[in-house]
Amino acid sequence: MTPISLKDKLKKDRLKKFRKDLILEIIFKKILSLSTIFIIILIFSIFLTLTFNSLPSLKAFELKFFYGKKWDPVFNEFGALPFLIGTILTSFLALLISIPFSISVSIFLGEYFREGRISSLLKSLIELLAGIPSIIYGFWGLFVLAPVVRFIQIKLGFTPYGVGIFTASLILSIMIIPYSSSIGREVIELVPSEIKEAAYSLGATRYEAIRKVIIPYAGSGIISGVLLSLGRALGETMAVTMVIGNSNFIPKNIFSPSNTMASVIANEFTEATGDLYLSALIEIGLLLFLVTTGINFIGRYIIRKYRVI
Amino acid sequence: MESEILRIENLNAYYFENHVLKDINLKIPKNKVTAIMGPSGCGKTTLIRCINRLHELSPGARVSGKIFLQEENIFDMEPMMVRKKIGMVFQKPNPFPTMSIYNNVLSGYHLNGIKLSKYEEERIVEETLKKVGLWNEVKDSLHKRGTFLSGGQQQRLCIARAIALYPEILLMDEPTSALDPISAAKIEELILNLKENYTVVIVTHNLQQASRISDYTAFLLLGELIEFDKTEKIFTVPSDPRTENYLLGKFG
Amino acid sequence: MERQIYKRILKDRLFKGIIILLSFLTTLPLFLILFHLIKNGISSLNLEFLFNLPKPVGEKGGGIANAILGTFILILISSFLSIPIGISVGIYLSENKDKKLSRIASLVVDILQGIPSIVLGIIAYLWIVKPMGHFSAFSGGIALAIMMLPVIIKSTEETLKLVPESLKEAGLSLGAPYYKIVLFVILPSGLSGIITGVLLGVSRIAGETAPLLFTAFGNPYMNLNIFKPIESLPHLIYNYAKSPFSEWHQKAWSASFILILIVFTLNILSKLVVKRWKVRF
Repeated sequence: MTPISLKDKLKKDRLKKFRKDLILEIIFKKILSLSTIFIIILIFSIFLTLTFNSLPSLKAFELKFFYGKKWDPVFNEFGALPFLIGTILTSFLALLISIPFSISVSIFLGEYFREGRISSLLKSLIELLAGIPSIIYGFWGLFVLAPVVRFIQIKLGFTPYGVGIFTASLILSIMIIPYSSSIGREVIELVPSEIKEAAYSLGATRYEAIRKVIIPYAGSGIISGVLLSLGRALGETMAVTMVIGNSNFIPKNIFSPSNTMASVIANEFTEATGDLYLSALIEIGLLLFLVTTGINFIGRYIIRKYRVI
Repeated sequence: MESEILRIENLNAYYFENHVLKDINLKIPKNKVTAIMGPSGCGKTTLIRCINRLHELSPGARVSGKIFLQEENIFDMEPMMVRKKIGMVFQKPNPFPTMSIYNNVLSGYHLNGIKLSKYEEERIVEETLKKVGLWNEVKDSLHKRGTFLSGGQQQRLCIARAIALYPEILLMDEPTSALDPISAAKIEELILNLKENYTVVIVTHNLQQASRISDYTAFLLLGELIEFDKTEKIFTVPSDPRTENYLLGKFG
Repeated sequence: MERQIYKRILKDRLFKGIIILLSFLTTLPLFLILFHLIKNGISSLNLEFLFNLPKPVGEKGGGIANAILGTFILILISSFLSIPIGISVGIYLSENKDKKLSRIASLVVDILQGIPSIVLGIIAYLWIVKPMGHFSAFSGGIALAIMMLPVIIKSTEETLKLVPESLKEAGLSLGAPYYKIVLFVILPSGLSGIITGVLLGVSRIAGETAPLLFTAFGNPYMNLNIFKPIESLPHLIYNYAKSPFSEWHQKAWSASFILILIVFTLNILSKLVVKRWKVRF
């Protein structure tokens, strides 16, 4: 086979395949851009659907929805304050409990043990922790943690529910640690070594360098990590649903049973008779959507503005 | 001058507001090696990327002017068509990492949907790898991935991949600058052998390399074509003082 | 002066100790949970458990085969829906970094990732269950697919961004059409990352319950029809745990053990894929 006949073949084939390739090229690029447009339409549809289906409830209760204390399906009176309070209490308590642990992990992996076997070990363990399904956390919380809390409640003189805000916060805090600690670790790792060396050359101990130089420098990154884990905590459903005690009244103290926005939907959606009832639950869903999205934005805005990552 | 294969007329190229190539007029002769040299930033890489229409794909890139390949203006053709006729070898060897050596050589055919018989495929692979001097080194591992090859070998594989399609012009963008001197020398030898059947345009910042292997040389400075002539003449009696200064190492 | 320094060194050592202690304390729940799952769950684990259908309360025996199959079917539906779209968007985002559409889409992906799964259950209910008039595996698959999308999009995008531009240019300079370069050069080079993304996405949805509560709903029988309700492992665990029957609690432990085995296996698999198949440049 001479080069000449091959060249002829190349020429012939080139022209034939060419038209087909041009068309396929256009189709391929269209598929890619249409898929991208699709997900933008998707998010808008989600928002619109939630809003549209919340309208009956929005119209009926307006702002009273947010400060109404009574959630009464029988009389069609829906005030969501108990769930707002339940959500805020559990999330912030969870955040509080988790902060010392997640900061410790961040410093451990970002400062003391950046590489090596111990570092990989802890990283893997935390990843496994993050991988445990929510339902298993809830299940374990109900059957193992709740009895312990019940015991504590007896000792302290509270009603021994076992379940309630405190138990839910405990479980939640364990669940959010992997998220806040991973962002915290990244920020701490990124603190420039020049700054650290400056501190050491002034005679600072490791602890002092961490406390006075590294943490402040990484501060906004750590805060955004905390915010993002708050967003996660707000949306967490199953684990909370199983240990929060399912009560629709405003909790009296942290040992009271309660409900969060997510758990009331989980508990009552399938039982919701009547359009207004369903619409009220969907309105709570809309609220959840807006709040978690908002916190997400703020967290990422902080990351971008302070260019910490 | 011998027959020309490429005629560049009033070529201007831009990156956003930067006027990178200013009114280039150049004729590339057939079956010869033409070197394009100049200090960094003079636009030599942009020039060859205009020839195979890769330049337009960069953000903010614009071109004006005409380039005639065998009397057809490449800017009137479909870019894909132009690139089928013009091959390119890059500075850093880039064989396709998920394909075997065998398939790398044939990738031009496969990616263009050209069907070959097993016999034709094997002939092309053997002939092409022999042309680039790789056949003996890899003939027993044709179906392995090319990543175990040395830098010089990988680059020769990339050259094989390009010439397997019998391009009218082979563009080379500093093909040896990432290689060790021994591999570089082998590739220079290869280029000298190639010009029998191919036309080569090579961008280089290595003056000695340009004088060693090219028949014609173009000297670019700040986007302008300062001088273009037979290599012998440019390196001994350059017409333009700027060329002379560059050759003397006064800048660059 | 010396006492001062001594105090500071003491604080430093103490601090390090606290950090190490707290860090490993955070992993304690992992071991506790595994311990209880194994301790309580292993006794019911046998072939009957895995391959039989549930029996009515009070009768001995019975298994969770319908739930295991259901989880599998739900994963299939959701993967089928989310993988093609996810990879396409990932390719688009990595190849069109400066277009306005990309920036909006990246934002959207972030939002999608943060949506609580129960809200997605509401959406699937309103979009599919309500019009259809009944629960179905399909509606559950839709909710899970929306959850999987951002994971796949992100991992595809990140992986493809790592493929050097010169590979794409080498393909282009051969005169090949763009779509062939993407399909035969760029995607294969990033395959390990994409597969990892898929495995991670699957492991995430395998354990999800909330979006299934009012979509897939649950089913005590075996069901292969995707337009009917279907049981799944996490949902079964939820049901059994809530119930007053201790034998169901027992089964929930075993089912949880199996679920966590699946999730952890997928996790480990994704790490191995990266190790063995990653293309280095």
